[in-house]
Amino acid sequence: MAALINVPARANAGDIIEIRTLTSHIMETGFRHTADGKLVPRDIITNFTCRYNGVEIFRADLFPAIAANPYLSFFTVVNESGKFEFEWIGDNGYSTTASASITVE
Amino acid sequence: MMLWRAIVAAVLVGAAPALLAGEIASDARRSGYSFMGPDTRIMQDDDTSNPGMLFVLDGETSWGRTTGNANKACADCHGDAKTSMKGIAARYPAFDKTLGRPVTLDQRINLCRANHQQATPLPYESRDLLVLSAYVAHQSRGVAITAGDDPQLTPFVAQGHDLFMQREGQLNLACTNCHDDNFDKRLAGAPITQGQPTGYPLYRLEWQTLGSIERRLRSCMTGVRAQPFDYGSPELVALELYLMSRARGMPMETPAVRP
Repeated sequence: MAALINVPARANAGDIIEIRTLTSHIMETGFRHTADGKLVPRDIITNFTCRYNGVEIFRADLFPAIAANPYLSFFTVVNESGKFEFEWIGDNGYSTTASASITVE
Repeated sequence: MMLWRAIVAAVLVGAAPALLAGEIASDARRSGYSFMGPDTRIMQDDDTSNPGMLFVLDGETSWGRTTGNANKACADCHGDAKTSMKGIAARYPAFDKTLGRPVTLDQRINLCRANHQQATPLPYESRDLLVLSAYVAHQSRGVAITAGDDPQLTPFVAQGHDLFMQREGQLNLACTNCHDDNFDKRLAGAPITQGQPTGYPLYRLEWQTLGSIERRLRSCMTGVRAQPFDYGSPELVALELYLMSRARGMPMETPAVRP
């Protein structure tokens, strides 16, 4: 599934940067019924993590009330060049990853 | 007698603009974008926060993937969509000589699948079809709409215009009653737009997904409590064609974001 990541390509050491992520997911709540009365099973992303050079810097739990294609934005302090790794985990064994690099001067 | 004729003629001339009051002057036309709040505008403008771009990305993958008995990908005939598809969506629905009627971009994709890829058609409003039409239409972003210029389309544009003016449903409303006569006012909390189809397929926050203009038209029809036309029906195609010709010259925004 596609994901859109916005991390600045370069920053100065000690800068606070904003990271924005958007990923494709239907986020089916599990509360809706079909026209013939059957419950549509829940299918959501339950967990998101961001690692910066292997160290976890951000984690979020997601719930049924969150809209489809969840958008998350957060801040971090950067001290060294490296890689941000993103992981979304969800129902029915759903798992997807993305990454972005940053050069810190 | 001459005087009476002059008076009748004057009344008729005076009445004529009132009969056509619906039409929006060319320079007064506005994209749905201008009716949105600042948050939704920012969402559309930034390609990393525009959820429609997720579909465009998937469309790019589909474009290069082989399918059907012919084992061909879109890219095998059309090459790089960034050059070959630029401006294409801006002139759709376009006249198809074999069928003798206009076809929408979605229908063109399915004709291509049937004739060249020997693949099954993709259902209307399915993700597989939407990602492809979004990817193709995205290549026309910023290009001025020219749909309906083909003289062979004239009767179909006229049919679409008639449908636009035709009252229907239990509320007995025509498209024109809201989108020509009352835009910029509100229907409950929501602004009434001019209905300019500049950004389709577009991401509606209400839908939580990308959708085609046909889905939008059908939900308007349900809104006036009329029986909506079926996906791909000649009436919906004619309406789409008329709306595109009505927006002639306005730039494409695909994938737009709407509330």
